[in-house]
Amino acid sequence: MNQTETTKQKIDAGEIIVANMSKYYGAVQFHKDVVKDCSFAIERGKLTVMIGPSGCGKSTLIRLLAGFEKPSSGTITLNGHPITGPAHDRLVLFQETALFPWMTTYDNILYGPRARGEVTKETLDLAEFLLNKVGLQDFRRKYPMQLSGGMQRRAELARAMINNPQVMILDEPFRGLDAMTKELMWEYYSTLYEENRRTNFFVTTDIDEAIFLADRLLIMSNIPTQVRAVLEVDVPRPRKLTDIVENDRANEIKMEALSILHEEAMKSFSRGSKAAADFVEAYSRRVAKT
Amino acid sequence: MAMTKQALFTRTLLRGLVSIAVFLILWELGARSKQWLMLDAFEWLRSVLAAVGWDKKYLPWIGAVPAPTEVLKAWVAVLGEQGYWHSWYMSFFRVMGGFIAAMIIGIPFGLLLAVSRTAYGIGFPVFEVLRPIPPLAWVPASIIFWPTQELSITFVTFLGAFYTIVINVVGGAKSIDVRYFQAARSMGSSQWDIFRRIILPGTLPSIVVGSAVGMGITWEVVVAAEMISGGGSQIGGTSGGGLGFFIWNSYVGGSYEQIVVGMISIGIAGFLSSELLRALGKYVTPWLRLR
Repeated sequence: MNQTETTKQKIDAGEIIVANMSKYYGAVQFHKDVVKDCSFAIERGKLTVMIGPSGCGKSTLIRLLAGFEKPSSGTITLNGHPITGPAHDRLVLFQETALFPWMTTYDNILYGPRARGEVTKETLDLAEFLLNKVGLQDFRRKYPMQLSGGMQRRAELARAMINNPQVMILDEPFRGLDAMTKELMWEYYSTLYEENRRTNFFVTTDIDEAIFLADRLLIMSNIPTQVRAVLEVDVPRPRKLTDIVENDRANEIKMEALSILHEEAMKSFSRGSKAAADFVEAYSRRVAKT
Repeated sequence: MAMTKQALFTRTLLRGLVSIAVFLILWELGARSKQWLMLDAFEWLRSVLAAVGWDKKYLPWIGAVPAPTEVLKAWVAVLGEQGYWHSWYMSFFRVMGGFIAAMIIGIPFGLLLAVSRTAYGIGFPVFEVLRPIPPLAWVPASIIFWPTQELSITFVTFLGAFYTIVINVVGGAKSIDVRYFQAARSMGSSQWDIFRRIILPGTLPSIVVGSAVGMGITWEVVVAAEMISGGGSQIGGTSGGGLGFFIWNSYVGGSYEQIVVGMISIGIAGFLSSELLRALGKYVTPWLRLR
């Protein structure tokens, strides 16, 4: 227990403000707005979940937040300072595993500190602590290909957390996992979040995932991306998996979120998007049942 | 689980041995009998062959080739000769020389093309113009270019491996997942760090594949180059100019058994170098050994 206490990080949670930000691609005649006049805040120490129809420009938004791309206009600031490029104060967990296949779990986790030449006794202790935390202490010498999907995601969480980022950005991190593993990952992830209360920004298309994890829920419109609504998910923590089904408040928020998403889907459906049709149908059946 | 694997392995091995044994027996029989095994049954085939001008009684090709036992006898006789081993040494020396030079020049060149857009723009067009020229077409020019015949043969073998290695390195480096770079940059990697810890290991599997293919081509090329150029430096007499020249010399001298000895020797040499390379490749890419 003592070990646990001494190796816990001092969390330095950041706050990201996106103000009137737009991003378009292509020259004038092929101009395509992906994000248009978008403003929102990723509040300090909160788990903000962004949900929106697939193909709504969420991944573009993540590349902008991470600093891989620059906004065409408007600003993104971290603690008041404009974001100029990628840095380890904002780390991204990608959709599918981006663990380096040629490194063992342990080497993957220590990648960041080694890259910055910051390997100290403390870092090594922290690596041990995180390995235990994500349940991979016996898999440190394994290569990513030898790990299960869930283990890979956990290894990646540890690889990001060792860098003590001010904001963690997660781009549909649990997509592609089977339902059981996914729920297990929700529990791992929310426990980690509740322990350190780092600023987290989590993007998903899964409404149950969103309700289970979120402090704040941002609902996005279709392309060009804007924040359509912000819901506070005031379901007490720690949450149980049954809460998504049984907790009345959670269900209320879910229905509200779904109805907004439905409106968005109707709009893009009327504009000729076939992808939206499935959602529109699924939603109307779901509403008919309740 | 291990049991089944073991059993499967032995079955595969058994099949292989049977296959080789049957091949050798057919060869031996065909070469010795010098005629059709079932003359009547293959009458129709014989008449077809007769129509295109083959009116001999013996099995085509096999009948003209020395029997495996004869080959073995010739092989045993030649094992004691210094010239035979010198042929091995010369061919290996040239293959390794050309191959290692191709690695030393090809890998950095390929990486440079992959990393720098400027280098790619300047280097790649010339490379692509030269690449379709078969290495053997370089033999006469190479003899003119290089001061010694030894160097010209090594240069031709170098070309054989060089193009494949470069193409594989460029392709391998370019196909590295962009997210690896993004993740590395986010975590604070310098350019050098990204090169050393992302690009290099990420390209390694392609380097291994390129080298294996290149090694095969190198053996093809060295044999032909030795035949054409007359074997280069010869030490005192019959067969000191590499395995390719050993075959050619045996042909000129009318020793058909030795031709086959030379052919099999090259097969073994190529197999050994490929195995060596495969083992090395597995050693440097441990993460690919697992499933």
